[in-house]
Amino acid sequence: MSVRVKLPTHLRKLAGVEGEVRLDLAEEVTTDAVLAALEARYPVLRGTIRDATTGRRRAYVRYFACEEDLSHDPPGKPLPKPVADGSEPFLVVGSMAGG
Amino acid sequence: MTGVRVLVGTRKGAFVLTSDGARTDWEVSGPHFGGWEVYHVAASPVTPDRLYAAPSTAWFGQLIQRSDDGGKSWEPVGKEFAYDGDPGTHQYYDGTQVPWVFKRVWHLEPSLFDADVVYAGIEDAGLFRTADGGASWHELPGLREHGTGPSWGPGAGGLCLHTIMQHPDDAQRLFIAISAAGAFRTEDSGKSWTAINRGLVSDGIPDPDAEVGHCVHRLAMHPSRPDTLFMQKHWDVMRSDDAGDNWREISGNLPTDFGFPIAVHAHEPDTIYVVPITSDSEHYPPEGRLRVYRSRSGGDEWEPLTAGLPQENCYLNVLRDAMAVDSLDDCGIYFGTTGGQVYCSPDGGDTWSPIVSHLPSVLSVEVQTL
Repeated sequence: MSVRVKLPTHLRKLAGVEGEVRLDLAEEVTTDAVLAALEARYPVLRGTIRDATTGRRRAYVRYFACEEDLSHDPPGKPLPKPVADGSEPFLVVGSMAGG
Repeated sequence: MTGVRVLVGTRKGAFVLTSDGARTDWEVSGPHFGGWEVYHVAASPVTPDRLYAAPSTAWFGQLIQRSDDGGKSWEPVGKEFAYDGDPGTHQYYDGTQVPWVFKRVWHLEPSLFDADVVYAGIEDAGLFRTADGGASWHELPGLREHGTGPSWGPGAGGLCLHTIMQHPDDAQRLFIAISAAGAFRTEDSGKSWTAINRGLVSDGIPDPDAEVGHCVHRLAMHPSRPDTLFMQKHWDVMRSDDAGDNWREISGNLPTDFGFPIAVHAHEPDTIYVVPITSDSEHYPPEGRLRVYRSRSGGDEWEPLTAGLPQENCYLNVLRDAMAVDSLDDCGIYFGTTGGQVYCSPDGGDTWSPIVSHLPSVLSVEVQTL
């Protein structure tokens, strides 16, 4: 399954990517699985989206897809089918907070 | 020595300012890591083109970036700062105990002896060390495990370890300072520590002999006289001539002895600089006049330095890590402001001019003499 991931500007620059990232996942498409694949390809992103030790989402990061806020869903929950089949991107968003 | 490189950390990135020895014409590069708060950028004294930077944001956490070409290009290196074992708790503002939690790197201090060794001071107060050029960081837990650790409480800026100084002849001897715990010294590379706060008096601490709890803002030392330490405390400018065992106040005729940075002239170990700030709740110069004060007598007697600095309607601040000196024959003094200016005095403080005037708020300034 080829999953599309959109990163915020800071993290795109940090990882040295332009546009969306495409990740091929052999396993069930969950938030955890997407982030693990992302961090495996771009180790510099480890710890920037979720805590490197606990795996908890950083406080000012949100996950959106299919016009839904998935931030508070269990990270092992399957993502919506359009994310899994690549027709919709999984969005990692820096929340609007301060300047 | 023919020029200088000024390393500036700001709220929205890092900047590198370079000039020849005249220090009148400057090249400005940056922002590096645009949008990231860069608390500190520091250079290895052993390998001058080796730079380390500490960008962070509340959104995406901490990075450490390293350059091996004097800041032209950067590579991310290790950024995991895990306390050694269970760090336990420390005191919070309200007196309760809260867990020790890594928040950010405040200060990077490259070793005087090895380009791959760097010390990092972090919030919540801990001292880390890398011996592989930043690839991995390991806590020196003896500091946090100093018996007083659970009683350390944060200053307004957090429980931050912000100052690290290495003895110029003894790599194992370090001095550090924490707001608001105080100053500490190790003589065994960080295995054990001594609180060095005797003589500090702080309003709000009822015990005049309190071992810790003092809000030390900054320490400074001249390499030719490493047992003489200078301190800008929350209030009070202090001096020790026995490596911190005892301190005496040297505020003398300063208009106010509140402030953040303190620096020592490169060639005159008794010439020191501070930037007085109105008070602990009014973080701007007295009367809206930006004045650096210089003492040529190691304290007590101070003169205002104003030539080229704004003398009306100036309400900015100079933070603790935002003052530095070069070591050219005519010692240059530098400081950055929360208003985004970086000033240079190429003549030891007699005259000043801005290198840049519109950067983001300046958090730190370091200077390399090349």
